[in-house]
Amino acid sequence: MGRLLAIIFAALTVLLIAVGTLHGTKTTHASTPDGAVQAMFDNVKGHDWHGAYAFVDPSSNVDEGGFVRDLAGRNGSLRTYSQLDSVNTRVLHESDNEATVRTEIKYATAVGASFETRDLKVVKDDGAWKVVWPAEKEVNVPPQVIPVNYLRWDIVWRGAGDDWGAQNVENPNCRILSMHAVERDGALIIMGEVVNEDTVPAFITVGAVLTDNSGKDIAEESSFDKLSHVLLPKEVSPYRIDFPGIKKADVKSVRMTHNWMLVPASADPVIAVLHQRIEKDLTGRTVLKGELLNESGQTVNIPHVLATFYDNGGQVIWVSDAYSDHALLPQTPQPFSVALRDDLAANVHTYRVTVNHYSLNSREN
Amino acid sequence: MRKVIYIGLVVALCWFAEDCACAAELHVPQNAVAGQPLSISTSGSGTLYLIGPGQVIKKEFKSGSVEIKGEELRNAGRWIAAVHGDGNSSQVFWVKPGKPGKLNFLARPSRVPVARPNVISGVTFVFDQYQNLILDPTPVNFKLEVGGSSSTKSVTSREGVAWINSASAPKAGAAQFVASVDDTSVARVVQQVAADPCERSFRMHVAGHSGDRTIVETDPIRDCSGNPVPDGTIVTFIQNDKTGKSTVDARIKKGTARAELPASDNATITVAAGVVLGNELHVGGRQ
Repeated sequence: MGRLLAIIFAALTVLLIAVGTLHGTKTTHASTPDGAVQAMFDNVKGHDWHGAYAFVDPSSNVDEGGFVRDLAGRNGSLRTYSQLDSVNTRVLHESDNEATVRTEIKYATAVGASFETRDLKVVKDDGAWKVVWPAEKEVNVPPQVIPVNYLRWDIVWRGAGDDWGAQNVENPNCRILSMHAVERDGALIIMGEVVNEDTVPAFITVGAVLTDNSGKDIAEESSFDKLSHVLLPKEVSPYRIDFPGIKKADVKSVRMTHNWMLVPASADPVIAVLHQRIEKDLTGRTVLKGELLNESGQTVNIPHVLATFYDNGGQVIWVSDAYSDHALLPQTPQPFSVALRDDLAANVHTYRVTVNHYSLNSREN
Repeated sequence: MRKVIYIGLVVALCWFAEDCACAAELHVPQNAVAGQPLSISTSGSGTLYLIGPGQVIKKEFKSGSVEIKGEELRNAGRWIAAVHGDGNSSQVFWVKPGKPGKLNFLARPSRVPVARPNVISGVTFVFDQYQNLILDPTPVNFKLEVGGSSSTKSVTSREGVAWINSASAPKAGAAQFVASVDDTSVARVVQQVAADPCERSFRMHVAGHSGDRTIVETDPIRDCSGNPVPDGTIVTFIQNDKTGKSTVDARIKKGTARAELPASDNATITVAAGVVLGNELHVGGRQ
């Protein structure tokens, strides 16, 4: 009986090894260009980095570590907090040994879906299609000292031992500069700008309540990430509040709601927005492109770009935002791209870009 | 029968006379002050109850006077002294607040632009050390001091309250707003802040070059009264050249704002803070 069991277990072991070998063989060969891309990203989705790297053509000149960092993120960026959700591929060009595959990659992140489009070159190597993965140039900031005149606001709040006459420092004076309601894609969108007119930093929230013809409130929303919540003195931020499924004709009035709070804040880092221009991206959509330059010595892990577009009358006609999935290293330019509605592109007379920042090791915390 | 009634009336009259005699033994002072010792004369023995606003004091006594310590008599107002013992009696007396020992000072606002008339208000409530509002007129001194210059005003309180309205000083800074009575004082901070930058003096210049970047810096930014605009205020530098528009939202630090812009062979740089525009620079091919 014991011998029989040993034979059964030995046979089972051999069978499992064979299955595993067959499975491994299956994941390293692709018979079509888009199949190679899909198979590579399937492995990425399963966090089988070694399996994914097996589909990378050696001519890519990227090591496995660099390949993993390209896809999994580095420096605490938004990509490190994201998960590959789906990949759509389309062959743009194909010959016997070479093809170009347009790959639309969708990541699920804590701040919503993040999209990336790449035109990947795929080559046939020894009968199998392999992806040429363009190595992302890893930037290493040289060791240096970056002097920063550190400026921040600290607040002494009213304490438990203070008498009732001791008032708290007052909340900042902020003002909604403009408000504009439009209907786009079946949603009512309210947008405009808000300014901190005070000499202290403010934490702001802006919302809106819609009222119908009978005077009843029908919807209430606030601007979540289409707004800079922390405004330094004299800083202006756009805001955008979306009401999906509500038509402008059903709304009689809009009641704006807001809250301004005094908060401790830091004036750093300063992020420059360089070479801003409106152009078309790979897919033909209109985008505002440029580069972000972190002028401080502190890494910004998740930059968030807010763009305000104005018509020739100076009115805000669109507010758009985008998170960059790359961290901003000190003194290192990083490209960004913010979508602009194609139907509005012709009306854009000027625009303004501001940058929110989230840092893991922020000295504000 | 008539004789029995007569004797009963005489006994009742004697009891009443004795009661009256005992009641007359309770002597309360007419000028009691909160926080100061109090002496109440009694006769016989029993228990003295002092019932005041929010406070009751109970003292056993045998004869003579009952001493109440200053720290026991804390609340000003209407008090009742009642004796229960050999005889029962009660009297009403008033306790006045003590000398000023505490001020409650409301100063508004906590931030104010410089050189504005009647924008700062200060309201002071005058209390003794046991939080009794002093209703007698009391002179209260208000002092507003910023950057070495100060203004002082004395106001006599009415019904326990003294108040002033004051202009903000022409100089920016954290003003110390102090209310005082005798040796008691309370300070509040009123931040007097500069106005918007003055367009006449809002200028920038090229401060140097760093690698492929041009460093631009403003002159010290001041309002039209000469006060430095607060650090942290946003100053936007905008450069336009053939590669597009580059912007830096810099913060004023130590009075000036500084930004690094991409080097260009032909660019126009403008600077603005809020609605105020500064000068315009041309860098590169033409100056």
